[in-house]
Amino acid sequence: MSTPQPPTHQQAAPAPNWQAAPGTSYVSPIPITRTHLGHALASEWTKIKSVRSTMWTLGVFLLLVVGVGLLVAVNTTTEDYTEVPYTIPAFFGLILGQICLITLGVLVVSSEYGTGMIRTTFTASPQRYRVLTAKLIIFFVVAFAVSAFAIGLVGLFTSSLHDGESGTPWGRSVLMGALYVSLLGVLALAVGSMLRHSAGAITTMLGVVLVPAILPAFLMLSDSMRTIGEKMMEYNAPNALARIFELDTDSGTGGSQLALLAGVTAAAIAGAYALLEKRDV
Amino acid sequence: MIEAVGLTKRYGDKTAVYNLSFQVRPGAVTGFLGPNGSGKSTTMRMILGLDDPTAGQVTIGGHPYRKLPNAPRQVGALLDAKAVHGGRHARNHLLCLAQLSGIPARRVDEVLGVVGLQDVAKRRSKGFSLGMGQRLGIAAALLGDPQVLLFDEPVNGLDPEGILWVRNLMKSLAAEGRTVFVSSHLMSEMALTADHLIVIGRGQLLADMSVRDFISHNSADFARVRTPDTEPQQREKLTASLTEAGGQVLPEQDGALRVMGLPLPRISDLAHDADVRLWELSPHQASLEEAYMRMTQGAVDYRSTVDQRAGFLQELPPGAVPPPQMPVPGQGQPGWYAPPPPQQGGHPFAMPQGQPPAGPYGAPAVPGAGEPNPYAQPSPAPAQPAPAAAPDLTKPEDAR
Repeated sequence: MSTPQPPTHQQAAPAPNWQAAPGTSYVSPIPITRTHLGHALASEWTKIKSVRSTMWTLGVFLLLVVGVGLLVAVNTTTEDYTEVPYTIPAFFGLILGQICLITLGVLVVSSEYGTGMIRTTFTASPQRYRVLTAKLIIFFVVAFAVSAFAIGLVGLFTSSLHDGESGTPWGRSVLMGALYVSLLGVLALAVGSMLRHSAGAITTMLGVVLVPAILPAFLMLSDSMRTIGEKMMEYNAPNALARIFELDTDSGTGGSQLALLAGVTAAAIAGAYALLEKRDV
Repeated sequence: MIEAVGLTKRYGDKTAVYNLSFQVRPGAVTGFLGPNGSGKSTTMRMILGLDDPTAGQVTIGGHPYRKLPNAPRQVGALLDAKAVHGGRHARNHLLCLAQLSGIPARRVDEVLGVVGLQDVAKRRSKGFSLGMGQRLGIAAALLGDPQVLLFDEPVNGLDPEGILWVRNLMKSLAAEGRTVFVSSHLMSEMALTADHLIVIGRGQLLADMSVRDFISHNSADFARVRTPDTEPQQREKLTASLTEAGGQVLPEQDGALRVMGLPLPRISDLAHDADVRLWELSPHQASLEEAYMRMTQGAVDYRSTVDQRAGFLQELPPGAVPPPQMPVPGQGQPGWYAPPPPQQGGHPFAMPQGQPPAGPYGAPAVPGAGEPNPYAQPSPAPAQPAPAAAPDLTKPEDAR
């Protein structure tokens, strides 16, 4: 049915003409708009704020980072902050809190596969890459805003509690700390999109975060494995956060660790896009 | 307008859909029938671009689904009522779908009203009953006010009022010039709703024709004639007379006669001429269910067997009589539902004409026999439909 033709009398075929003469085919009165990423972003924003898992994971994250942070802050003295930023109390909460962001990142995509919602979503938007892009952006913005807010709050509280005379500026650690845990969450989202299974993806991500932190203790035992162990020690997630919060300033401030995470995340996102277009839903 | 050409889908070594070609046209409700596992849902998923076909293609209005610029505004679909995130309430579920295709938010409230869910709009869909879930799915399909609508088992779990509503909804959507493609297992519902039928079995096309043609090609209309029970010789006399006039007469279990090939007035005239009184002369139209059962009996994958309960039966005391086992219609009897074909040796359905009657699946069904299913054997010409041979005509079809 390319061009509509006016009904003619010569169409008196014996078989009923199902091909629908013009006028019989339905035209909706609702104006049709050309869809773009903005629509997908609005949709994903509605999605992320309308499920309880978001409230739970972000609530627990805030509780951990701010709660533990404040507890640490009141138990430290002003002298503790001469060489470290005021945001350091947030570090201890972030070590645990990053797991909340990983869980949320996985759930943003895998809960759709678990419930079957993904078929509804991809029917409503056959441009699958657009949906994944919107998910990545919305999740990153939410995770970054919440974690920067939490770290910043802890920093403000600590600085007001301890005279605000620290020699180290702490704005950088707010941004880099928030960026690091948000990227971990984005990596989790990409892994969730590839594995399509909540428990599997969360377990994988826990492995990514915890194994490099635990394994070096065993790798260091043998000489041949020592260099691998040292690299793992240097680049594992808790250690990267420790450097960002300048617990150990001698060996950098977490820039290379952040770059490595960004690289891994970019690779995972590329893999997620490639699989997304290829696989059946 | 949905058009499938040579559609094939394989999952590993299992072929779910093979070489399926059909058209679904606007302005009519097209029913999509087939036994469980025959590939209906796979076909629907391929239409919606969720699964990529292994071979062939399916287009909507000339474009593959994934190439449509604003797909939900052109195609609405209910695939699976439970394909929602249960933690999200109904309105937000529809809202996020509406935003995805740039549909104004007030349309969400409209469709919630259309499906009757406005009172539970703010309730999480986890707590919905199956019927409410179906209504939510139908709302999602209607959201974009699309020209093409696909419904997979839309009346599943609906109450009688809901079934009636869906039936009228389908018809009114088609009357507006939309393309409506509905799959269902409820034959009585299909007979009332659909104008056209596409029947598949084992992933292959079995029939593509109007409902009326489907029934008349797959099942014969007949007249039931009853002579006075007290005078059996009258029955013999009438049988001879009707057979002589060219009718085909089959005795029924309760003593009535089943007459095919003669119109009712002619039967009455013949009886009058033969001086035979009639206690009953009634027309019987074959139902869609009979026609469907007959067509698909060779293509059913999942068939129940008789429940033997062997090994659980206690040994009966000597002299005791085992309780009589009542047969369940259809259980373990593949040919149970088969009504006679229109005429002996005729084509049970007239899809492509000129097929030889000796089809690969056409063996007459033997009730209860454990013979290998001829349909299951590899066929050199797979797309060939199944012109069945004449079945066992002495079987009492109405015993159920």
